[in-house]
Formats: sequence, structure tokens, C-alpha cells
Amino acid sequence: MNIERRDFFKILSAGAVTAVGAKPAHARKWQHRGRNNDAPAILYDATLCIGCKTCEVGCKKANNLEVEHSSLDEWHGVKNVWDSADDLSTSSYIKMKLYKNGSGAVKDQEKDGFSFMRSACMHCAEPDCQSVCPTSALLKDPKTGIVTWNVDACCGCRYCQVACPFEVPKFEFDKAFPKLQKCFLCNHRIAEGKIPGCCEACPTGATLYGTYEELLVEAKKRIGMEEGKTYDFPVNRVDSDRRETQKVKKYNSYVYGEKEGGGTQYIVLASVPYEKLGLPKLPPYSSSGKSEKLQHTLYAYLISPAVLFGGLMVAAYRSTKKENKEE
Amino acid sequence: MEKLKPIEGKIWTKPFQVLTALAVISVILIAKRFIFGLGDVTGLNDGYPWGLWIVYDVVTGTAIACGGYAMAILVYIFNRGDYHPLVRSALMVSLFGYTLATVAIFIDVGRYWQLHNVFMPNYFNPNSAMFEVASCITLYVIVMWIEFSPAFMEKLQKKKQLKTINRLMFIFIALGVVLPTMHQSSLGTLMIAAGEKLSPLFQTMFLPLLFLISAISMGFSIVVFESIYSSLALKRPIETPLLSKLAKLIPWLIVVFLVIRFGDIIYRGELGLIFNFDLASIMFIIELLMFLIPAIILFSEKNRSSSQKLFVTSAVIVLAGSLYRFDTFIVVFNPGHGYHYFPAFQELMITIGIIAMEIMAYLIFIKRLPVLPEVKHA
Repeated sequence: MNIERRDFFKILSAGAVTAVGAKPAHARKWQHRGRNNDAPAILYDATLCIGCKTCEVGCKKANNLEVEHSSLDEWHGVKNVWDSADDLSTSSYIKMKLYKNGSGAVKDQEKDGFSFMRSACMHCAEPDCQSVCPTSALLKDPKTGIVTWNVDACCGCRYCQVACPFEVPKFEFDKAFPKLQKCFLCNHRIAEGKIPGCCEACPTGATLYGTYEELLVEAKKRIGMEEGKTYDFPVNRVDSDRRETQKVKKYNSYVYGEKEGGGTQYIVLASVPYEKLGLPKLPPYSSSGKSEKLQHTLYAYLISPAVLFGGLMVAAYRSTKKENKEE
Repeated sequence: MEKLKPIEGKIWTKPFQVLTALAVISVILIAKRFIFGLGDVTGLNDGYPWGLWIVYDVVTGTAIACGGYAMAILVYIFNRGDYHPLVRSALMVSLFGYTLATVAIFIDVGRYWQLHNVFMPNYFNPNSAMFEVASCITLYVIVMWIEFSPAFMEKLQKKKQLKTINRLMFIFIALGVVLPTMHQSSLGTLMIAAGEKLSPLFQTMFLPLLFLISAISMGFSIVVFESIYSSLALKRPIETPLLSKLAKLIPWLIVVFLVIRFGDIIYRGELGLIFNFDLASIMFIIELLMFLIPAIILFSEKNRSSSQKLFVTSAVIVLAGSLYRFDTFIVVFNPGHGYHYFPAFQELMITIGIIAMEIMAYLIFIKRLPVLPEVKHA
């Protein structure tokens, strides 16, 4: 239990109110939504990425995750030699992927080129996983905005997996007492004043740590820069002294994650169109926001079910009265 | 008033033995699931976290079990007492469908020892359609057992309790209509959060309404189907006149369903997707035919007076509604990232075993409790 006793009674009474009156969305303090400008965030710039997967290693070290093999490796009997998960999994919170087209000759080019893409939890501003979770196991921290999973709450219904547009939460289907696994932006390290394992490991600045506001400004600055000019790209964190001088590539015209699905705290820059890199085309709102609004309209203060119930009772009373008399 | 009577007879018959074998196999496999985890017996994966158990046993199973709900609306709300002989058996089928759906949920959730958190004030989440579904299904199962309790009391000759419960019954009947209205629609709402993973032919804000209407038409159809089937199997006279009157309602419900479905697709400007002939469009067309053809047949009074045609059309409508649910939750649902799902053999056997248990309970109940109308000897 991560809720204090004193809080518990407050919540209990709030819960009672909610149960009776079905309060409007997010009246309860732990159902936080939104994106704070000073919240920890990550910017991934695919044009700087060299696909070295050091971020994956940094992540596994920071979170004590097991080495994993691809199905091909397993088939060949490879064991504990290298890490090569097929995709995000219960022991891989981030995954490097490659986009390749035609001859694949030129980096960051859509045709006859290639690009890297790094998938991980996007830490949405309006997380679908949080909205649909029936036991509030997935929560967005009101301050940091990090989406975490509570082992004491989860009932294992996996609705979060159905709802997540990025296919991020992973469930231990192979265990008798399974858990859910996903990136939680190294909140244990951030609490100690460190930066996430992946950002610390990245040698080129492709995975960059900063506050959401700083990173968005940086990302937009890069989009605005002239192609072919050189720029000193910060490494590890956006305010770092460590810089790498690189030529500026031609970026897509917008930052992925600024608006997608209501916005995310993990934002992406690339030259190849985002959909080609496996990032879904999303409307500027979350789908759970839609279903919540619908639920809260239909069940506002439980008025409609109460009215329906009243009417039905009258009707049922009439028909059963006749029946009881006949007997 | 008509009399309901147990039909008596031997319970341990050949078919019952087969059902028992299937049930035993599934119990063994269920034990295996709890020891080795979900992945050991199912084809579930991170892309398709919901499979046969959720989509058949819960989503489709409870819709098929809407007979009790549909009949309650007709008999008690619209006061059509003439359908009364069908009520109790319809209710009983619903009772088993829903009770076993809750069992299936318990088997399906990964962390079942924390399932009660759904109702705990410090954990529950009214923003989730799942919360609404879970609370309403749980309450409805309790309400249905209360609604059915007079069958036990009649059997045990508890006249006083019977009188009390019958006097209060109107409360439970009303609840027995409100609760399925709420959760059958919310079962549709569940998939709104899946957003872009569902083709625009299926993804709509009208999912709850479409799920509700199709559940009610499935409810009436299953009453017709179950009544004819049990009459044939138990060599009892078929109540054709009553059933054909009941079947008159079904095509109208389907018309409403299709008008909303098409109207919404046209309004959203996605009509062209029907002619894409990809998976979503093909499934959509198959569903459409499975809803439309029986509806057209049932519009004719002559067809409705044929018990054969009633039997086939009602079965097809139940299948159409089931397909609509399977499509929305699995077939057309596309998480991308190369995920595929097909139910594993053991997963299927568990579902078959649960259905076997349902039928076994049905056979025991009709043979020992007053559920079916008394046969008048000519």
C-alpha cells in the first residue's frame, strides 16, 4: 500500500461521493492528467542516432533487467551472449528499430535510405492506460508526469494493453504471478538527481534529457535550422556542456508528441515521416478522453440510471401486482 | 396462469456423461493455467491481450445471455403477460451465461488475487468503462439469482417466503433491466479507448448503442432458438404461435441497428471503406448479410409461422451479433507491430468446458425445478 492511513479516509469519503454521484473526470487527486512544462522529458532525435543500442544497455543496467534473446537467437541456441529482444518486452523497456527502404544507402532518407527509431513509453499527457485501468494501477505522477504501475493495485485485466496506442505495456504471460512492465522514466534515478539510464548512456545526444519545455524549444529550434549547417548538439542532457558538432539534417516539419494523442513527454524528431518509423498517426486528443467524456455524460451523477430505474420500477410493480393477485 | 413444472427424468444420461468429460478436461486445464500462467494454455500476447475467454465467455456470452433481459423488458415493462411462459427458462439461461462469465473473468485476469481492487474505494476508477462493466455484471448476477429464487422456493414449498419475494420482485425486475442496459452498452464503450487500432468501420462513438441494440436482438433470438431447440430435444410441443409473435420484434431491432450503423458511417464520411475489400470491409459485409437476410425473412408473417424458419433465422441473428463482437474485439482489432492471435487448443477446451457446464446446469435445473411450462396432454 502506498497510501497513508490518514489519506485513506479522505480517499474513502471521496470514493463514497464518487460512487454515489459519479463526479466529473479526474476529481480525484491521483487521477492526474496534463503535462507540466518543468516535468522530466526525453527528446529522441533520429538524425543523431547511430543505432549503437547503448541506450538499451544503459536502461537494462539502470533497471536490473535480464538479458533477452530474439526468437532467431533462441532457435540457434544462443544464450547470455548479447541482448537482442525482438521488440519491447517485459525485460526490455526500450527498443531500437531500423527503417530501411530500397537500397538503404543514405541515412535519414525516406527513399533508398534508412533511419533508426527508438520505442519506449511515451508518458502521455492524457494516458489511455491510466484512464482505462479499473484499479488505478497505472498512474501519472502529478509533478513529474511519469506514468507508473502499482503492483498492489493491478488485477491483470490488460485493458491498458488494449488502449495504449504505442503498444508499450508488456505483461508477463509466462508467469503464474505476472506483473506489468514498462519504462517509468527511471523515476528512481530522477529522485536521486540523476538522469534516466538511456540518456546517460547515449553517446551522440540522440536520446536527450531535459524538462519538457526546454526540449520542445530545442526541438523546434532544430526544425527551424538550415539543412547542412553545423550545430553543437548537446549530449545526455539539454543543458549539458558536452556537445557534439554535427551537420543539421532536414527534419520533418513538426515534433512528434507535441500534440499526438493529447501530447507526450517523450518527443521525437526525425527526417523520415513518423508513420514510416512505426509512430502511429494520432488525432490531437486521446481516445480514452473520448470514452471518458461519453461515460461521464451518460452517467453524470447517475441521474439517467436512477431515472430509468424509477420508471422501470413503476412499470414492473404494475405488472407484478396483477400477477401476484392472480395467484 | 400457466403452470411451470419440472420435467423430471434421469439426469445421468449419455449426453450428460459427455458433457461431464468435457467439463473435467477444462477443470484440469484451468488448474494448469493457475500453475504455469496464462501463456501456458492460451495464445494471448501483448498485442492481443484479450482473446477467446474475454470475447466469447464474457462479451459474447453475456450478450447471448440477454434472453432474460429481453423477456423482462417485454413481459414486465411493456406488460405483455402472454409471453410469461417463456420468462423463467429465459432467465435461467441468462443466469448461467452470466455466472460463468464471472468465472471466466476470474480465470482470465492475470492477478486474480487482487481482482477485488476493482471495487475498493482506494483503487477503483469510475473513469474506466471496465469499472462500469465489472460492477454492473457483478450486481446483475446477484439480482438474477434473486429473480430466479422463486423456482427453488416453489420446489421446497416455502409459501411464506415465496409471497414476500414475489411482492418485492418488482424492484429486482427493474434492476434486472437497468443493469444489463448499462453494462451491455459499456461493453461496447470498452473498445472506444482502443482508438486507431480499430477500423473506422467499427470504431465509433455509437459503439455502446450498437452493442446494446444488438444484445437485445440477440436476447430475443436466443429465447426463440432455445425454446424450439429444447422442445425438439425434450420431445415437447413447440410454442410456435407465441414465438412467431415474439419474432416479429426482432427485424425491427435489426433495422434500428443497421440504420444507426450506416447513418454513423455515412455521417463520418467513411462509407467508401466498405468497398475496400480488406479484412475490415469483408467482415463488415458478412455481418451485414447475417443481420439483414434473417431480418428480411422475419418480416413476413408466413415465414414467422414456420418453426423451421424461426429456428434458423434466430440462430443466424445470434451468430451475427456474436461475429460483430468478435470482429470488434479481435478480428478487425489491429495492434500492429506484427502481432497475431489465434486461440490455442487448450484455451478453446477451457471455453468448451465452460459451455458444457452451462448445459449441464441447464439440464439439471429443468429436470428438477419448475422452469418450463407444463405440457397439456391433448
